[in-house]
Amino acid sequence: MFVEILGARNFEKLDVGLLCIEVKSAFNLEVSFRKAVMDFGATFDANRLQYNSTQILHLLLNSGKIQNDSKAIILTDLDLFVPILTYVFGEAELNGRAAIASSHRLHNEYYGLPKNEPLLQTRTTKEIIHELGHTFGLIHCKDYMCVMHSSTYVEDIDLKKASLCISCKDKLEILDGNRLK
Amino acid sequence: MNNNNYGILVVDDEKIVRESLYKWFLEDGYRVDTAENAAEALRKLQSATFDIAFVDIKMPGMDGLELQRHLKEIDKSLTVVIITAFASVDSAVRALKDGAYDYVTKPIDPDELTHIVNNIINQKKLLTENIQLREKIDELTQFDEIVGESSQIKKVFELISTVAKTDTTVLIRGESGTGKELVARAIHAHSSRKYFPIIPVNCGAINDNLLESELFGHEKGAFTGAQYRRKGKFEMADGGSIFFDEIGCVSERLQVDLLRVLEAKQFTRVGGEQVINVDVRVICATNRDIELAVKEGKFREDLYYRLNVFTIFLPPLRERKSDIPQLANHFMKKFSQVMNKPVTQIDPEAMDVLVRYDWPGNIRELANAVERAMVVGKPPQIRKEDLPFQLININGIKPASDSIEEIEKIHILKILNQYNWNISKSAEVLDIDRATLYNKINKFNLKNR
Repeated sequence: MFVEILGARNFEKLDVGLLCIEVKSAFNLEVSFRKAVMDFGATFDANRLQYNSTQILHLLLNSGKIQNDSKAIILTDLDLFVPILTYVFGEAELNGRAAIASSHRLHNEYYGLPKNEPLLQTRTTKEIIHELGHTFGLIHCKDYMCVMHSSTYVEDIDLKKASLCISCKDKLEILDGNRLK
Repeated sequence: MNNNNYGILVVDDEKIVRESLYKWFLEDGYRVDTAENAAEALRKLQSATFDIAFVDIKMPGMDGLELQRHLKEIDKSLTVVIITAFASVDSAVRALKDGAYDYVTKPIDPDELTHIVNNIINQKKLLTENIQLREKIDELTQFDEIVGESSQIKKVFELISTVAKTDTTVLIRGESGTGKELVARAIHAHSSRKYFPIIPVNCGAINDNLLESELFGHEKGAFTGAQYRRKGKFEMADGGSIFFDEIGCVSERLQVDLLRVLEAKQFTRVGGEQVINVDVRVICATNRDIELAVKEGKFREDLYYRLNVFTIFLPPLRERKSDIPQLANHFMKKFSQVMNKPVTQIDPEAMDVLVRYDWPGNIRELANAVERAMVVGKPPQIRKEDLPFQLININGIKPASDSIEEIEKIHILKILNQYNWNISKSAEVLDIDRATLYNKINKFNLKNR
């Protein structure tokens, strides 16, 4: 089992090497990064000026880009939504193979604040680990320091660590046959 | 409690909405189900329990407003959140008036959604806690102290349950030791005020000046030594009950104050001007002939009528002797626990002594007698010898016959025991001289045990 991060748009500002190391550290899995060319045009909602993340997940699952014995997460800067919600930072197939994370609302500039690239890197890392956690079957954690804690604001993301709490690690071991040991 | 213990039902005719919310709540760890119309929602609610229902207001067939009413009919505890578009906020407001918890507009802000669900869950947790605490209080306030099955005590139970549900002032009357305070506490414990305190005030034990401050509290500097403002018993009992024991002992001055409080439900602290409103139920008790006190002008007639709305007379123990074995066993069990002494039964001979005694001190005296027997006796049973001295000597000897001589013997022994075998005093009470008493003692072979 390994994880692939698929850089789909405007990820150049991020240190993808560091990102892979952090994700590997969280799940103790091989993590690789590659650029992926994907057309998200069909998922664009002209009324909302946002991209439907659920449809993007379907695109990914049907694209043949996910290799056997792997999980793939798209890294993009698109503004994502699911139809009933105003926005999402990312989405994942719970206990599945595909996920997406967006840096769109992780930029400080989005909130009228000065650019902060290290902070963007950290937030993106946490969001990627969070969504990947869902693909491993993890649900939201009550521990606000755990990366699996639900975040609806960037401030929530800033509060938590880029790692799983002991309880989530234990659950992951149970879910995934002691793989972490 | 895990989120998994809470169930959320999403009712919306749009598949994408159902799927999105399903996934969102699933990731939060809730037990989730969806329904695409009202009929399916009602079916699902009948076969499983849910805590929250997110209901779209606009659906073909039965709309969200009507569905909400039907859902609530099936499960009153279900919390309904209406999902609406901006255009139909008016309908959402109507839904709120119909009992919906809140409404969310499409598309929903994720943070708002999280907050609404968290608030509902927290409220449900508090409600559960509240129910558990109430059950605990109910358990703690079970009044097993009032024991008995005699017709007299059954009548008292009936009166307690009748009056407890009302806010009527109650006057409990009975001899000392008959359990007037227990009855007052039982009335309080079975009333809707039971989650608030019952504050006892022993009017006979506090002097008049102090009693005023005790009842109404005082302001700082109201009198020498009043260094701080202090709440009175009436304020402390707000929402609950106040129990005036020995109400017949209250001075005339305080009777006026009490009457005013009972009529106006407000008062001022001693040395203060601020009017304090209280919601208090008054329960009083007395062992005095209060009617006589009214006749003699020692107790205000208007206060008497104000207090004497509902009267419960507690029979003296001698009038309900059939309850004595049950009461004695009750006290034996109680003291056995308190003293950690494995006394499990009362010897039949000892029980006979207890039943035959007249108990002028009523239940209190009986409790004391059993407690004493538990202290001096040896487990596992209470024997006749363990009972207080006067009980054995007065009641322990049964007259062998109804002859004058036998009755004389028993009576002399009773008086001797009563005066601790003081020959002069006993002779005086028996109205015989000392020599005659000695002769009788010798004749009947009486011994000081």
